Amino acid sequence: MFDGDDTGRRDFLKCMAWAGTGALFAVSGGVSTSIGLDAALAAPLKRSAAATPFTFVQLSDSHIGFNKPPNADARATFREAIAKVKALPHQPDFIIHTGDVSQLSRDNEFDDADQMLKATGLPVFFVPGEHDMLDPDGGKAFLKRFGKGTNGAGWYSFDHRGVHFIALVNVADLKPGGMGNLGAEQLKWLKADLAGRPSSTPIVVFAHIPLWTVYADWGWGTDDAAEALKVLARFGSVTVLNGHIHQITQKLEGRIAFHTARSTAFPQPAPGTAPSPGPLKVPPQQLHDMLGITDALFVRGHDRIALIDSTLSA
Amino acid sequence: MTRGFKVLTFQASVVAAGGLLLATVATTTRAAPTPPASVQIGNFTFNQPAITVKPGTTVTWTNGDDIPHTVVSKDGVFKSKVLDTGDKFSFTFAKPGQFGYFCSIHPHMTGTVIVKA
Repeated sequence: MFDGDDTGRRDFLKCMAWAGTGALFAVSGGVSTSIGLDAALAAPLKRSAAATPFTFVQLSDSHIGFNKPPNADARATFREAIAKVKALPHQPDFIIHTGDVSQLSRDNEFDDADQMLKATGLPVFFVPGEHDMLDPDGGKAFLKRFGKGTNGAGWYSFDHRGVHFIALVNVADLKPGGMGNLGAEQLKWLKADLAGRPSSTPIVVFAHIPLWTVYADWGWGTDDAAEALKVLARFGSVTVLNGHIHQITQKLEGRIAFHTARSTAFPQPAPGTAPSPGPLKVPPQQLHDMLGITDALFVRGHDRIALIDSTLSA
Repeated sequence: MTRGFKVLTFQASVVAAGGLLLATVATTTRAAPTPPASVQIGNFTFNQPAITVKPGTTVTWTNGDDIPHTVVSKDGVFKSKVLDTGDKFSFTFAKPGQFGYFCSIHPHMTGTVIVKA
């Protein structure tokens, strides 16, 4: 399927049409555009020996342990999300989980998430959300299980088929009155991690809280994100994947494309549309329309990552 | 309260006439009760962002949200465990002063306890 010829790619994109929501988000040659599926099919494919196409899946905000309206069992909906991943016609190379794995950082919550994810047989890369920092040691329980070998509060990077992935933590050591926070130590690490990398390297950054300010009144942003974006600005293709706000939002800033994923547990209101960012108490028949997963396709040559969000009901 | 206990220890081990002394202290303590105060947490806010209380007051926070919160002093004076729905946290403010606090999970949530004689 990924042999690079146009036919294979067309079939592949057709396969992805199951997504239903039809939101295809692409980054190409440093210019990011939101395009329809038809345009994607018509686009020419440049061959490149540097890397073969691959996909990965983003899961977010599973909140294992959450059991209140609108979702009495966040374990069950996470299981459904994982079944959806397993049913993908093209299996992803790996999964990233962008935080709030658990509701209360309890061992049994982490355990259940771990077991369910292991059933996929895929590697999983994590970053913690604020709900994963609630053990008495402020995040050690999460790190012990999901963050072995990481730096500081759990940040790290890795390379996969020519793409550089950077996992950032913006939920540690939060400041009174502030939003998400990366901190000086992590920013220093990021600078060093990127130093010497060619600007043509495609970059994917993932972190829990959005790295741009979606809505300051609800703390939906990261205070020192600008410092991180400054060192990323020279790269031709940067995709930033976040969670935390339990709904899809996207934004382009220069060559950087931002995207937030749905939760697998419960939706949250659009910015400013409710008295608080608490769970949106939708009727049971609507819940599955508002939970979901994100499938990411990388095709080298286009320097493009296509993100396809699909709901649990699709 | 602390003073009362110290006196109690002293008289129990040394003073024969301690019974009378203890009775006096206990009466004094009862004569100046400080009514407790409470702060509700709801809609991702501390419902009384600033409260003023007398020294010795016990303040109790109750989480009424369906999302967990914490109550953490900005200066390390007090720190709750994570409060799930309906959970409470109490702290007794012995000395006068101004005590800023926030929710360490949702740091845009802030409040202040002003302790004034």
